[in-house]
Amino acid sequence: MSTTAFLTDSTLCIGCKACEVACKEWNQVEGDGFEWKGFSYDNTGALGHSTWRHVKFVEAGALPGRGGNSPDAFTWGMLSDVCKHCENAGCLEACPTGALVRTEFGGVYLQDDICNGCAYCVVTCPFGVVERNPDKGRAFKCTFCYDRQKEGLQPACATACPTESIKFGEIEPLRERARARLKKLREDGFGDVHLYDPTESSVGGVHAFFITRGDPSAYNLPPEPEVPTVYLRKGWISAGIAAAVMLAGTLLAFAGSDKR
Amino acid sequence: MPGLGTSFGRGGATTSQQDLINSDAILIMGSSMAENHPVGFQWVVEARERGAKIIHIDPRFNRTSAMADIWTPIRAGSDIVLIGALIRYVLENERDFREYVLHYTNASILLRDDFKDTEDLDGLFSGWNAEKNQYETDSWAYRGARLKHDVAERGKSGGHAHDRGGEKLHANEYEQDLTLQNPHCVYQVLKRHFARYTPEMVESACGIPKDVFHKIAETLCSASGPDKTAAVCYAVGWTQHSKGVQIIRSAAILQLLLGNIGRPGGGILALRGHASIQGSTDIPTLYDILPGYLPMPYFEEDSDSLKEYIETHQPKAGWWHNLDKYTVSLLKAYYGENATEENQFGFNWLPRVTGDHSHLGYWIDMADGKMEGLFVMGQNPAVGAPNSRLERKALSNLKWLVVRDMVETETASFWLDSPEIERGELRTEEIETEVFLFPAAGHVEKSGCFTNTQRLNQFHVKAIDPPEDARSETWFMYHLGRRLKEKSKAHPSPDNVALDALTWDYSAEGAIGEPNVEEVLQEINGYTVADRKLVSGYKELKADGSTACGCWIYSGIFPKPGENLARKREPKDFLGHGWGFAWPSDRRILYNRASARPNGTPWSERKKLVWWDAERKEWTGYDVPDFTRTKAPDYRPKKTAKGDDALAGDKPFIMHPEGMGRLFVPSGLKDGPLPTQYEPLESPLRNELYPARQNDPAAKKLERSDNTYANSPDKRFPYVLSTYRLTEHHTAGGMTRYLSHLAELQPEMFCEISPQLAADLEITHGEWVTISTARGIIEARAQVTARIKPLRLDGQTIHQVGLPYHWGYKGLVKGDSANDLVAISQEPNVRIMETKALLCNVRPGRRERGEQGLAELAEITGEGRRA
Repeated sequence: MSTTAFLTDSTLCIGCKACEVACKEWNQVEGDGFEWKGFSYDNTGALGHSTWRHVKFVEAGALPGRGGNSPDAFTWGMLSDVCKHCENAGCLEACPTGALVRTEFGGVYLQDDICNGCAYCVVTCPFGVVERNPDKGRAFKCTFCYDRQKEGLQPACATACPTESIKFGEIEPLRERARARLKKLREDGFGDVHLYDPTESSVGGVHAFFITRGDPSAYNLPPEPEVPTVYLRKGWISAGIAAAVMLAGTLLAFAGSDKR
Repeated sequence: MPGLGTSFGRGGATTSQQDLINSDAILIMGSSMAENHPVGFQWVVEARERGAKIIHIDPRFNRTSAMADIWTPIRAGSDIVLIGALIRYVLENERDFREYVLHYTNASILLRDDFKDTEDLDGLFSGWNAEKNQYETDSWAYRGARLKHDVAERGKSGGHAHDRGGEKLHANEYEQDLTLQNPHCVYQVLKRHFARYTPEMVESACGIPKDVFHKIAETLCSASGPDKTAAVCYAVGWTQHSKGVQIIRSAAILQLLLGNIGRPGGGILALRGHASIQGSTDIPTLYDILPGYLPMPYFEEDSDSLKEYIETHQPKAGWWHNLDKYTVSLLKAYYGENATEENQFGFNWLPRVTGDHSHLGYWIDMADGKMEGLFVMGQNPAVGAPNSRLERKALSNLKWLVVRDMVETETASFWLDSPEIERGELRTEEIETEVFLFPAAGHVEKSGCFTNTQRLNQFHVKAIDPPEDARSETWFMYHLGRRLKEKSKAHPSPDNVALDALTWDYSAEGAIGEPNVEEVLQEINGYTVADRKLVSGYKELKADGSTACGCWIYSGIFPKPGENLARKREPKDFLGHGWGFAWPSDRRILYNRASARPNGTPWSERKKLVWWDAERKEWTGYDVPDFTRTKAPDYRPKKTAKGDDALAGDKPFIMHPEGMGRLFVPSGLKDGPLPTQYEPLESPLRNELYPARQNDPAAKKLERSDNTYANSPDKRFPYVLSTYRLTEHHTAGGMTRYLSHLAELQPEMFCEISPQLAADLEITHGEWVTISTARGIIEARAQVTARIKPLRLDGQTIHQVGLPYHWGYKGLVKGDSANDLVAISQEPNVRIMETKALLCNVRPGRRERGEQGLAELAEITGEGRRA
């Protein structure tokens, strides 16, 4: 089985949003509506039911000595965010209907015709990716272009990207490329680059890693993503203890009444 | 493109986008390449990855700046000061590529004693005729060159017809000083001309600190030489100025001095704004040239004799000596067997230029009620053209208007919902214009060619049939012509002889009768008349009527039946040979003879491209040599030689009669042989270089009550305004504002201002602001961003304001049009308007509507009331 991944590199992103549009065209995603938001050049806001690739623009002041990106004057970071397709996917684990499945490419696929709209996936996604369409009542998110991958094609976003900021391929070689890229960038004077690949966290690794400059959280990438199910054991134990205590209390109450 | 044409010989980008990966430094100026050419920008990103330094100079920090190593804001309209200072830096520090400069440029050529520089005449070159408001250019000629009668100098012409380089003089006749010491040689003239373009002046005129200037200068100089090359990319941020051609000229001088033309990773890349804008000057939609940059004949100035027309325009030396062959072959393509030697191949059936027929020129005529009808195709001037308020009102003077587009554009509906209707300036019931809206096929719904920014012609094949009544432009023009010819046949008239004589025999195919575009392309390629055999290139064309060719520079694009090179998609090398066809002769880097030393060996291993193979006695290399293949480097012409034979083996600029790149342009420009800093037509500053000459003397303001200007400076309009485009929309928006997935990305008109200006004017981010100029008023959302920086010039603060121009009153997302604010002005050579440096005012709040809107407009512009 081939497992694939995205590597999205903010140091190559020019913020053209071709990935967003290609995604929406290929997957026939609805529009976001025509609202001027005033967040730099971003008017689609965030990942959601109608935006499966989202380019964030981060305007920041001068960061001298950081190499590239006109650092003496200003910096304008751009990064295309996407569903991370977690190894331990909160959405998938929470889904009661089986609408969310793991595909042979390692991605997490949401079958919107099976979804019942309970929105458990929405609250269990550590990255805020999944969202319910209020009109349709069901949840939608990035399909990892499952249909294209089945045909041996790259996802639409990676195909459309003019600067190869979005790379796609077999996960392990791609991870190697990401590390090599990070090394080269550091040698070129980009001292502040990070590879965002949270393998150590409870999501247990992702199928979409990112190269960012500065703090990844500036691009909505949480420093320690947590899949809510890690609290299951603790939750069950607490519930068990609580139940035991209540049972004991009840029994004690009855025991007390006997004496009376 | 006279800026490049007069400097190098051809009006096209000298290099290809793919070749940028070979650059050691790339200067992007007058362009936001990442924003407007995101696909081509991948090569800039690739170059940066390979270690090239990217320099971006732009009033705004935009998507391109975000990828640059060096970005600096510049005061809009001060470009020549900066490039002039870079030229001075190169000359003063002797950083020029001396061997290249000596052999391949006209640096050593001597000028006449009566030539006077702007430094001698306080901002004017010699020859200024104040009465006619134009230059007489005799004194700009090379010393010793005989002068010619130049028809284009007589007023009504545009400059496109004029960049063949030999119109005014026999430029192959000259005197030289190879020591470059003679005070009259171009090198010394150049030095004196730019002597005052100092880093201090860059600081006070452009707002660029001295240390940043030095960094830019050093980066470019150290990325040039035998082993290195630097490229320059520009777009309409340079073109759309009242002196745009001269800005491009300044880049040409810099690149020639640094030895960066004709070499891999070098060159000047003119980035074109639409899919086939290069194509639309090659096979022109312009009024002053015929296909292949042949001059359109002028009424009166050009005689009615073909022989005299050719003698006037044909230089003795250089490639343009073949003008007779190309002209006669074009006439044969137009008029077929009706074109005979006896009737001068139908030369007098060609229309004549009788006045200023440029877009801006005829639109003024329209405003004055001098035009009856108009076809608008692939254009939306109600939004995209300058002073669009004037242009919309002018449309109401037409009897009929034909609009062909994929959607109902603002131009098609000016009579219904334009701001003029809303303000009561026009009343629908009073407009007599009959509007015909024809549905047009999109580019995937038709086959045809695009010629892109790098002269690359790519054929595309129809993917699906157009819906319902939508038709291609080719269909429309072919059937219109066919019907007109039929009508004329039924009712013969001497007025229609040219129409009757025109060949119009393309096969119409399928249910809708779509003309076969490959047949058109074959006609463009050219053929021998006797057997209709396709020619393999323009070298086969003849002046005796035995060949026909629709556009000589494209000749070779379809050399054999079934071999449409524009359709090829098999790239073989880094220059992309095998993918499409680049004119001329599939050369990807022009003037590439200059990539070798005068003796024919490469300047360096790293930068080798084309070189002389002494064994096989021919030019060879990675690109198609832009040189006669068998002409040895040591070839020296005989005195009697003509055409290409008159050029020596070490003269790479083969279109020019002297075979050299021109630091100094002796013929072909209307506003001076050298670029000079003049202020924009509206400027917050006086011209510190020449206080007596505020503007380019030859630029036209076309000032009138509905096209007024601010003073320079003007308290009413204290801020500098530039208009520009965004990645998300295409020009006037007809192709993007109607598509939800694009419209949602930039749904509203906005105005970019600095936090400092916002604070001064008490504007908060996101609220509405009203922007006004001497022409109009619009409103927009305030995008307050630190990407816009106020400039400090000599203690004075200059605020710059940025406006995208994509919106109008139709489509999914609507907004005011920035072009309502722009004046109809004309650069002297190409008659383009100034959009990049205007004066404006900004206030918080929305503009007034209805009658109050008209009153507000009248107060600001001094007119606007209904007559």
